[in-house]
Amino acid sequence: MNDVTDTVLTPDTEQQLAEMVRAAHAQRTRLAIRGGGTRPYGNPVRADAVLQTSGLSGITLYDPGALTLVARAGTPLAEVEAALAAEGQMLPFEPMDHQGILGTTGTPTIGGVVATNASGPRRLKVGACRDSLIGVRFVTGEGHVVKNGGRVMKNVTGYDLVKLMAGSHGTLGVLSEVSFKVLPKPQSVATLVWSGLDDGAAVALLAAAMRSPYDVSGAAHDPASGRTLVRIEGLEQSVSYRAQALSQDLSSRGAAQIIEDDSAAIWADIRDARPLCDGQGDIWRICVKPSDGPRVVAAAGGHPALYDWQGGLVWLRMPQGTVLRDRIAEYPGHATLMRGTDKRAFQPEPMPVARLSQGLRTQFDPRGILNSGKMI
Amino acid sequence: MQMPDPNQAIIARKAHLVARLKQVLPEGAVIHSDNEVRAYECDALTAYKCPPLAAVLPATTAQVAAVLRICHEEAVPVVPRGSGTSLAGGALPTADAVILGVARLTEVIETDYDNRFIRVQTGRTNLSVTGAVEQDGFFYAPDPSSQLACAIAGNIAMNSGGAHCLKYGVTTNNLLGVTMVTMEGEIVEIGGAHMDSGGYDLLGLICGSEGQLGVVTEATLRIIAKPEGARPILLAFDANEVAGACVSDIIRAGLLPVAIEFMDRPCIAACERFAQAGYPDCEALLIVEVEGSDAEIDEQLAKIKAIAATHDPVEMRESKSEAESAAIWAGRKAAFGAMGQINDYMCLDGTIPVSELPFVLRRIRELSAEFGLDVANVFHAGDGNMHPLILFDANKPGDLNTCEALGAEILKLCVEVGGCLTGEHGVGIEKRDLMHVQFDAADLEMQVRVKDVFDPGWLLNPAKVFPLDATEARRAARDVPQRQTQDAAIA
Repeated sequence: MNDVTDTVLTPDTEQQLAEMVRAAHAQRTRLAIRGGGTRPYGNPVRADAVLQTSGLSGITLYDPGALTLVARAGTPLAEVEAALAAEGQMLPFEPMDHQGILGTTGTPTIGGVVATNASGPRRLKVGACRDSLIGVRFVTGEGHVVKNGGRVMKNVTGYDLVKLMAGSHGTLGVLSEVSFKVLPKPQSVATLVWSGLDDGAAVALLAAAMRSPYDVSGAAHDPASGRTLVRIEGLEQSVSYRAQALSQDLSSRGAAQIIEDDSAAIWADIRDARPLCDGQGDIWRICVKPSDGPRVVAAAGGHPALYDWQGGLVWLRMPQGTVLRDRIAEYPGHATLMRGTDKRAFQPEPMPVARLSQGLRTQFDPRGILNSGKMI
Repeated sequence: MQMPDPNQAIIARKAHLVARLKQVLPEGAVIHSDNEVRAYECDALTAYKCPPLAAVLPATTAQVAAVLRICHEEAVPVVPRGSGTSLAGGALPTADAVILGVARLTEVIETDYDNRFIRVQTGRTNLSVTGAVEQDGFFYAPDPSSQLACAIAGNIAMNSGGAHCLKYGVTTNNLLGVTMVTMEGEIVEIGGAHMDSGGYDLLGLICGSEGQLGVVTEATLRIIAKPEGARPILLAFDANEVAGACVSDIIRAGLLPVAIEFMDRPCIAACERFAQAGYPDCEALLIVEVEGSDAEIDEQLAKIKAIAATHDPVEMRESKSEAESAAIWAGRKAAFGAMGQINDYMCLDGTIPVSELPFVLRRIRELSAEFGLDVANVFHAGDGNMHPLILFDANKPGDLNTCEALGAEILKLCVEVGGCLTGEHGVGIEKRDLMHVQFDAADLEMQVRVKDVFDPGWLLNPAKVFPLDATEARRAARDVPQRQTQDAAIA
């Protein structure tokens, strides 16, 4: 997606990173920011050089008793997850792996997770990547090192640039370090499965599950397999109690099969939108009010779809070049083109918001050298 | 605490300004007599007072926009105000400023249980948001101590927390969308009933921006299905360090209580005298609350007891009923009132890494002796958000200064051990001049530049959050933004 360029900058320290960006700013060299290169969605980047963050690697602090982890941005996600797993903990938001839908291969980095605000099924209960992110260090487009937030989970000191950096796709700064609030891994997991529901009935069932007091941590529907999935996590006895209670409460909507043994693979498939990966066409990721999910799919023409987040996250595979946003314009939310070619991969913003976004971009990267064009 | 000198030219134009504001607001919504504006001279940080030029109480978003357009044209500073419960001076006016109060914006606009949100006007109080949905089994999770009085507008401005955020997060984690009016009077819709932003996370930026980026008039808030039940256990220890270690062990064991509250001896003693909660005679006390069905609560409390037992507790008191739960919470909930009865106090709000708890408590004791003022500690231990209460006598000359100096030392300590100046109260004016302890010039510059984008004229709550010297040039310039040029550049 980037212009062909031979120059690859690979800083090993934050200081080197700052020097490189400062030089690029001075020479107006446009940089394509790259972590593991597994999530290259967005508009084509106009770049004169690649800035590769993989040299900025390593967990710098992990305090399991305080549920906090700090890592350099280029640290492989797998390294972070392994360190957490060794202490029975996890990143709460279940970051998705984009390699399946984008057909990329590489080593996903923790910085890439933050830059794309990548989140999975548990987002519904514990929030997105931005909700677990508690601190950042980054280098602005002028080459200044800036920190915001920190390593504590309650912090309202100054403006929250942490959330601004999450999902900014490297256009406001190059992340050098990120801090997270983490969570204990659930001791036990149960997945309730209903079969044969149509999209409307399935999403209504998911809404009912979320209205229950049983602390649901995943609510998805896969029309292809006809399966509607609800996940419950926690202490062992509690999980089996809640699974039974919920299944009983929802029995009028159909009988649920309860999977008590390992259902991790089922949820990894939902997380990574696996059911849509194969086959030709554009792939869209749409965020709407959950009950609008089935209406969006119908308005789009009923193409292969997958629902997560109770219906609030819709994945669609459409014939190449479909102008999807026109078809679903009446449903508030946003649609991102994940795979395919369209002039605007990100949802165009209405004017007051667009002006604020442009203003921020100009303040953080006055010469537009960071991932230029990616989000516009 | 220094505030900028008021602009005398603005004060001289008061009659003109009041007349213009009256044209766009209903009868009685413009408060301008010397007596009446006094009601807005301070918030809950009562040590600092200054009557504003005028106060306005618009009842619709359109009226808020009209007020801001006028103030923008007249280059008059505006200080937004929720219910005035800020402990940081977030709503403290200057003599040349208009207070914009949201107290008349109290409607519930939409309630949607299937999608689990409520949309309200932001003058509505925190507790009455839960009040609007609890009969249907829902609640709004952030629960600051002032929740009976504080407004959602203020909660958003300060990104308020509460006792239960260990499990449910703070305001920013429960906010889905806002209607905001910029200083120029432009109405901006951000977010909505859907999750996440399609572009930059402006919602995350606005939440916690202390009324400096815009006036939020409506908010879409996440509501959550109430758990089946909740019960606390009280754990008493003979040393702060031991209680701190117990907190860490509970968290490491994979349990996630909804609240872990910590009180030290001075605080326990004051609460006992005030509320007669029957707390044990001990150095440190934890109240740990868990949620779920009865059986689930029993399962979690059993695990917590087993962990606590390894720390030789003085006493463990598990609640078995609602009455026992209330008794355990009685003292904690009375803590601030109890302190207020003994003395004037200043409530700090730094956050520290939980693992630094024993060290920080020891240092606070040393500092307390050094400055000659007592400090009682009550705080949310699970997330490291401390609330040291410094006791002083407002009538004793010099005591407030000593108290502020001690407070500054304690907050510096919080930053030194890896924490921050404020966990949930906000910077306001109270911590404004300490910002350089946590941030260097480049860090502050990028925050200040965010305000440049939203409020180029630096009119909205301008003397807060940032050290005055860091913003002086911008406040002095008060240049009218080149809007048309910017729009043209994007198009």
